[in-house]
Amino acid sequence: MSVVLQAKGISKNFHDPITIQVLKDVSFEIKKGEFVSVIGKSGCGKSTLLYILSTMDTDYEGDLLIDGVPMRNKKEGELALVRNEKIGFVFQFHYLLNEFSVLRNVMLPGLKLGKYSEQEVEHRAMEKLRILGIDNEAHKMANQLSGGQKQRVAIARALINDPLIIMGDEPTGNLDKKNSQIVFDIFNELAHEFKQTLLIVTHDNEFAQSTDRIIEMEDGRIIRM
Amino acid sequence: MNTKLIFTIAKSLLVARWRQTLVAAIGVTFSITMFITLLGFMTGLNDLLDGLILNRTPHIKLYNELKATPNQPIAISNKFKNHHHFIHSVKPSGTRAEIYNYGAIVDALKNDKRVYGVAPKLVAQVFYNVGAIDVTGVINGIDVDAENKLFFFKDYITAGNYIDLKNTPNSIILGKGLADKMLANIGDVVQVTTPKGDRIQLKVVGYFQSGLQDFDKTQSYASLGTAQKLLGKPSNYVTDIQIKLTDMKLAPLVGKEYAKVFSVDAEDIQTANSQFETGSSVRSIISYAVGITLLVVAGFGIYNILNMMIYEKMDSIAILKATGFSGKDVNAIFVSIALSIGFFGGLAGLVCGFGLSVVIDNVPFNTAALPTIKTYPINYNPKFYVIGTIFSLITTYFAGLFPARKASKIDPVVIIRGK
Repeated sequence: MSVVLQAKGISKNFHDPITIQVLKDVSFEIKKGEFVSVIGKSGCGKSTLLYILSTMDTDYEGDLLIDGVPMRNKKEGELALVRNEKIGFVFQFHYLLNEFSVLRNVMLPGLKLGKYSEQEVEHRAMEKLRILGIDNEAHKMANQLSGGQKQRVAIARALINDPLIIMGDEPTGNLDKKNSQIVFDIFNELAHEFKQTLLIVTHDNEFAQSTDRIIEMEDGRIIRM
Repeated sequence: MNTKLIFTIAKSLLVARWRQTLVAAIGVTFSITMFITLLGFMTGLNDLLDGLILNRTPHIKLYNELKATPNQPIAISNKFKNHHHFIHSVKPSGTRAEIYNYGAIVDALKNDKRVYGVAPKLVAQVFYNVGAIDVTGVINGIDVDAENKLFFFKDYITAGNYIDLKNTPNSIILGKGLADKMLANIGDVVQVTTPKGDRIQLKVVGYFQSGLQDFDKTQSYASLGTAQKLLGKPSNYVTDIQIKLTDMKLAPLVGKEYAKVFSVDAEDIQTANSQFETGSSVRSIISYAVGITLLVVAGFGIYNILNMMIYEKMDSIAILKATGFSGKDVNAIFVSIALSIGFFGGLAGLVCGFGLSVVIDNVPFNTAALPTIKTYPINYNPKFYVIGTIFSLITTYFAGLFPARKASKIDPVVIIRGK
C-alpha cells in the first residue's frame, strides 16, 4: 500500500506571548485507504498538527510529504493547488457559502480545479450528494438546511475532487448524537466501500474506537499509534 | 474557466449585498455625472468666452506701428562708429499709418496656402456729434463680405441688416451702447467729425453688440469706401490687414515671416491674447480637480463597503482558501467586485452626465452681453466621457486593491480555529 501522507520530525513553537513548543518531533505516515483518528486532550496539539498537515499552516520545522512530494518551499499558490486537488476538508463548522445553492457550494472546488467541464462537475456533485443522501436538497440555498444536512454538504464538497485524503477537524463536534452517528456512518462507508483515506481529529473516544487506527497525542508528542 | 468562476463568485457576493453595492455604485454614478456635466459646462463656457475674443481677433494683424526708427542718423555716421551714443527724446517722424503697397500684399497673401482669408481694415478716430457734445470714438472701415466670412460679423448685428452697410452709401452700424448714448434709431442720420475737422453725415443701418460693453460704447462700423471718404484718402488707404490662417498655431511663425517680407509690423493672436489661453486652462484644471475629488470620495465609499464585506465574509474567504483558492484568486474576486461597481456605476454616470448636460443645454440663458446665445453652452467632447470612464475604473480599482489585498492575506487557520 502506498503512503499518502508522511510527517517527518514536525515541530512547532508558538511565540506569543512566550515561546511554547506545541509539537515535538512528530513523525508518522498514513497509507492509502486507512481510516485514522487523532485523539488527545484539549491543547495537546492535535488540531495544530492537522493544520500543518493540511498545508494551511506553513510555520513549522520538519518535513511534510503529500503523495511523496515535499511541501516545504512550495509557494502559497502551489499549496492552494495541492489543497484543491489532493485534500478534502471537513471542519467542526460547515463553512458553506450562503450566497450559493447547495449544489454550487459542492461544485466550487471542482470548478476551481478546472479538470472537468461545468456540466461534468455538476453531474459529479449530484453524485456525491446522492451518496450522502441529500440530493433532494441540491437546489436549496445553503442557509435553508439543518445543521446535520449542512455538515453532509460540507463532506460532499470535500469529496468533489476525489481527494487523496480527507481531513476532519472535530467534524461531529457541533452535531447531536443522531447526526454524529450519520456523519460517522458516512465516514465509515467512504473508508470501507470507496477506500477513501481519512484523517479525523476528534475528542470523541467512541468515534475513535471504531476507526482503523488511533493516533493518541499528549503534550505535543505521539504516545500511541 | 478560472476567470469565469471568479466572476461568478464576485457576482454572487455583490448580489447578496445588493443594497451596499447600490450605494457604492450610486456614489460612482453621482461623481461621474458631476464630472461630465461640470467639464462639459465649463468647457462650453470657456469656448463661448474664448470665441468672444478669438472669433473676432485676426490670427495675424499687419499694421504700421507708430515708433521711432531704430537706425538713428548718428548710428549710420562713420565718424561716431566707435563712440557710445547718448540719444534723448527721440520722436517718430513721417510714419505713415497706412500699409504701403497694400494691393500687392493682399495678392501675395491670397496665394499663400496657409492663409484662410484676408480682410482689410481702416481704423479712423472720430468724434460723434451728439447735439453740442462730442463723443470720441472709432470708426472701423471694413470689407463687409470678408469681415463676415472671417469674423462672423453678421452674428453681432442685433438690429438691421449687415449687408446694408455695403449696399447703402454713407452708412454706419453703431455699437449698441453708442447708439443709446446718441439716441440714434435705425434710419436716423448721425454726424461725425474727423480729426481734421471735416464733418460728414452717415445713415444708421444697424446696431451691433459684441458682448464687451466698453467696446460697444466707442466703436462703429462703416464700409471701407465710406471710411476712406471720411478721411479723404484714396481707395488704397488701409491701416490694418487682418489675416486668418488655416492653422491658428502657425500664427507666431507666419507673423514674423510676413513682418520681414512685407516690412510691416505683425501681431499674432497668441501674443495679443495670451491671457485667454491661461484663463481657459485654469478653469479646466479646476473642473478636473473637482471631478477627480468627487471620484476619490466615491472611491473611499467603495473602500469602506469592501472592507465591511471582507469582515462579514471572513468565513467564506477562509473556506475558499482552505478548498484551494489561492490568495491571488481571492484578490481577483474582490478587485473584480470593485471594478464592476466602478464599471456599472460609471456607465450610469456617463448616461446621467449626458442627460444633465442636455438639460443644461436647453436652459434659457439670455444676456444683453451675448446676443447670439440663447441657452447655456455645453461642450459634448467625447474626451470627457473617455476620461470619466478611465478615472472611474482607476479609482475603483485602487479602492478595491487594498481591501482585496487584506482579504488575500487572511490566514484560514486563524479564522477556522478561532471558531
